[in-house]
Amino acid sequence: MFDFTLSEARDALRARKISARELTAAYNRAIASLNSQINAYITETPELALAQADAADAALAKGEHGPLTGIPLAIKDLFCTKGVRTTAGSKILSPFIPPYESTVTANLLRDGAVFLGKANLDEFAMGSSNMTSAYGAVTNPWTRRGDNRPLVPGGSSGGSAAAVAARMALGATATDTGGSIRQPAAFCGITGIKPTYGRCSRWGVVAFASSLDQAGPIARNVEDCAILLGSMSGFDPKDSTSADMPVPDFASACKRSVKGLRIGVPREYRMEGMAPEVETLWQQGLAWLREQGATIVDVSLPHTKYGLATYYIVAPAEASSNLARYDGVRFGARTEGGHDLTELYENTRADGFGAEVQRRIMIGTYVLSAGYYDAYYLKAQKVRALILRDFTEVFRDVDALVTPATPTAAFGQGEKMDDPVTMYLNDIFTVPVNMAGLPGLALPTGLDASGLPMGLQVIGKPFDEETVFAVSAALERAAGFTTLPTLRAGA
Amino acid sequence: MSLDPAAVRRIASLARLRVTDAQVAQIQGELNGILGWIDQLNEVDVTGVEPLTGGALMAMRMREDVVTDGAQAEAVLSNAPDRDGPFYTVPKVVE
Repeated sequence: MFDFTLSEARDALRARKISARELTAAYNRAIASLNSQINAYITETPELALAQADAADAALAKGEHGPLTGIPLAIKDLFCTKGVRTTAGSKILSPFIPPYESTVTANLLRDGAVFLGKANLDEFAMGSSNMTSAYGAVTNPWTRRGDNRPLVPGGSSGGSAAAVAARMALGATATDTGGSIRQPAAFCGITGIKPTYGRCSRWGVVAFASSLDQAGPIARNVEDCAILLGSMSGFDPKDSTSADMPVPDFASACKRSVKGLRIGVPREYRMEGMAPEVETLWQQGLAWLREQGATIVDVSLPHTKYGLATYYIVAPAEASSNLARYDGVRFGARTEGGHDLTELYENTRADGFGAEVQRRIMIGTYVLSAGYYDAYYLKAQKVRALILRDFTEVFRDVDALVTPATPTAAFGQGEKMDDPVTMYLNDIFTVPVNMAGLPGLALPTGLDASGLPMGLQVIGKPFDEETVFAVSAALERAAGFTTLPTLRAGA
Repeated sequence: MSLDPAAVRRIASLARLRVTDAQVAQIQGELNGILGWIDQLNEVDVTGVEPLTGGALMAMRMREDVVTDGAQAEAVLSNAPDRDGPFYTVPKVVE
């Protein structure tokens, strides 16, 4: 049962070889037995899932099925789900039960999906390790060869990635503001795509940095991501930045040939401190694409090295504005005992937000404050324009870019915690893609010396996810990555 | 640009975050570390560059100025940490 990919499970359900109830019950059992070790889920909804599975079976019996009828998914706990607690990984939202459904999850329900529960994440999606969640760290299902110390699953979508890797879900929703889909997918040996900004509605997704946030799927392989993205995408009048564009058949794009495509290799992504295996993995990926008829082209993105510093002005600035709404008055947790309204706000926010979130709110408040706005925020917006210009110029000559997904494989829980900047460097290859609003997919193509998965990233032109899927599927076929983590259901 | 303890307190106050005296020195060190790292952007020449303000590469869409939602007071109030009938409650603000 757990060996099915999403597309195989879909076909087996349609052929009535398995029932949605059997499939969901198996995943419920997997969660019950593994979640105490992995902590991938903050909230489990097994009964709700079985009810949805029964509805799926009824639809299948009548021959009426949607693209995802009966497919059990994990939902990142940043998507508001009607009547099911949504915490954003924060203490301040611990009592919050949304009276509405996010557009992305509503689209998945429309297409017949089953929701197993709400997946763990870094608090307000701020982090690269899942260590900042108020609901505890997530443990990566992978371990180094001969070393049982727990590793991080990456972040912020660490619960989504760990759930898919450990086979506690057939797929998951995730979000990506600076790498939060691609970095955990790479760390957990699975696949995730951040689509073009505007492809998926942000309505009902707890906001972090609104000009960067974008939802996308995490799944076992490229085709499964394409199927999920097809359901999650689409125009939504409730999000003013939602793109009013048709949703292509992403799954059929996975079958396209890469023959004749021009693949760019940005020289600035070859960085100091990169694990030696990363270069080998990258060259191997390019060789596979060359063998399948693609042309490899050396390109330059000169402002790459400024992406992270720009991000750490723009994202905290937007976060400080978005998180101003948590006031202890209208929704969420409140700390009583303040003598006046200001004390109520200050005590509620100091108790409700964790250290990393408070740090980013303060950075954002500072870079937006009178006297510093031009030096920091305006400057960062101009550098952001240069980062976009770099990509626009390169994409006149190439169809897609291939880079490493992360500078290293997964690291240990508790490592890189002493200095915030060290943690931020994890996202060096992913952040520029968010700054420019482009689609980017991470997939596993090999193992490092200690037996941990390592991934490549495929970056495409705006709204050209189809080429991203074609190139990624070509890499996937050549890589034949079949290694599984030690900790998983059905093992 | 480096922050002194008074600046840290001012930022925390603007952000409506309570900080204790014991926390100020630690926060000061962390924020200065991040700001020092961000200063690398001073190397970049942005003369004549227009700022990029949003993530969408297209113009913001306009819509008719009409009511599209509402009359859901109970749903809106359902998550209030403390309420008095159809009102939110706060500490006394007028003596």
